[in-house]
Amino acid sequence: MSDMRYVVPRTLDEAVGAFAEAKGAARILAGGTDLLVQMRAGAVRPGLVIDIKKIAELTGIEETADGGFRIGGAVAGARLAEHPRFGKVWPGLLEAINLIGSTQVQGRASAGGNLCNGSPAADSVPAMVAAGAVATLQGPKGRREMPVEDVPAGPGRTNLQPGEILVGFILPPRPLGSGDAYLRMIPRTEMDIAVVGCGVNLTLKDGVCTAARVGLGAVAPTVLRVDAAAKALIGSRLDAAALDAAAAACRAACHPIDDKRGTIAYRTEVAGVLLKRAAGIAADRAKGA
Amino acid sequence: MAKLHISATVNGEPTEFLCEPDETMLDVLRGPLGLTGSKEGCGSGDCGACSITLDGRLVCSCLMLAAEAEGADIRTIEGMAEGDTLHPLQRKFLEMAALQCGICTPGMLVAAKALLDRNPDPSESEVRYWLAGNLCRCTGYDKIVRAVLETAAEMREAVR
Repeated sequence: MSDMRYVVPRTLDEAVGAFAEAKGAARILAGGTDLLVQMRAGAVRPGLVIDIKKIAELTGIEETADGGFRIGGAVAGARLAEHPRFGKVWPGLLEAINLIGSTQVQGRASAGGNLCNGSPAADSVPAMVAAGAVATLQGPKGRREMPVEDVPAGPGRTNLQPGEILVGFILPPRPLGSGDAYLRMIPRTEMDIAVVGCGVNLTLKDGVCTAARVGLGAVAPTVLRVDAAAKALIGSRLDAAALDAAAAACRAACHPIDDKRGTIAYRTEVAGVLLKRAAGIAADRAKGA
Repeated sequence: MAKLHISATVNGEPTEFLCEPDETMLDVLRGPLGLTGSKEGCGSGDCGACSITLDGRLVCSCLMLAAEAEGADIRTIEGMAEGDTLHPLQRKFLEMAALQCGICTPGMLVAAKALLDRNPDPSESEVRYWLAGNLCRCTGYDKIVRAVLETAAEMREAVR
């Protein structure tokens, strides 16, 4: 016998009400690909599981009039992959989201869950940070927005307030000549956790980089936004000197753990390598756009 | 805590069951529903032996609460053959000996069918990536991948 309860609210208000009332004993269920594993391992024993997949706003994908996107927090990666426009506008972000787990996991796992799970190695998060995505949160005190890079607080922890639910992501409109890319280092080709992950999003005008954002994963307790690397790219023609400077800035931002997946020295070195390669792919896409 | 009463469609049949709120779909399939074709390998979404489709989407039934099946269309390995007629993938797996111990086979078949339903002409590398979440402990991947490619070719030929 279990003393866990399961509810499927149809509205966000209902979900927030139930979540706040449970005072920390509840867990939000989106795709469940982290939550069910944690429950099985006994790492969490929620008194209440709130399934948010029947709430329209949490499961929608909307291209807004200004050319931006709104993605519900519980949208599965496979649904984003099937969207006719999303991968054309945000190919790097889509790649990052689709790198999470297997086909089976993609059928369920969401970018919202990936962010709220709080893993420093979450694949979608550096790409979201690079994209300039903003998370929409709703809690007992109403709605607010938070840049994605401000959401993680440490391994397994977020800056969401008690009772707050991640409603979705807002992606800004794309200026002409923009491209993004995400690369991760794993010792195999599929089904592994990033040793380092790097997302780059940039805009080119007449071959000159006019805007850039860089996100780095698995090299610190939280995913990082590396402004110094972006600064090194902006104003350049992405020549070797600019890429070297941006790579050095990424390496300087790293303070990773030393574990079986990678040593501190290795992760730090690879962060610079991935920055250069991801910037190259993003630039090619920007030129094609 | 009271059990939950769930109504779903399982392999085309309207089905009702009772479940605990924390039971997985795999628990209910293998327990009360007696559909033991879906296997429990890891219980953590790594091995794919419990693969089913949920409203046409390939998922691990160990990573899904049974309660989430309310109103859903669930398909398992038991619904793959039509009566005594095996699905072409099942036949081809037998012909080409694409199984050894058999534990991963139901999941491989369900996953491969989900691929061919979407993409009747996958490349070898598309098959390998699609099946990356289905582990074969006998490491018989090559025969499995070849059987999937052969089936796809045969099915394309059949619809001509």
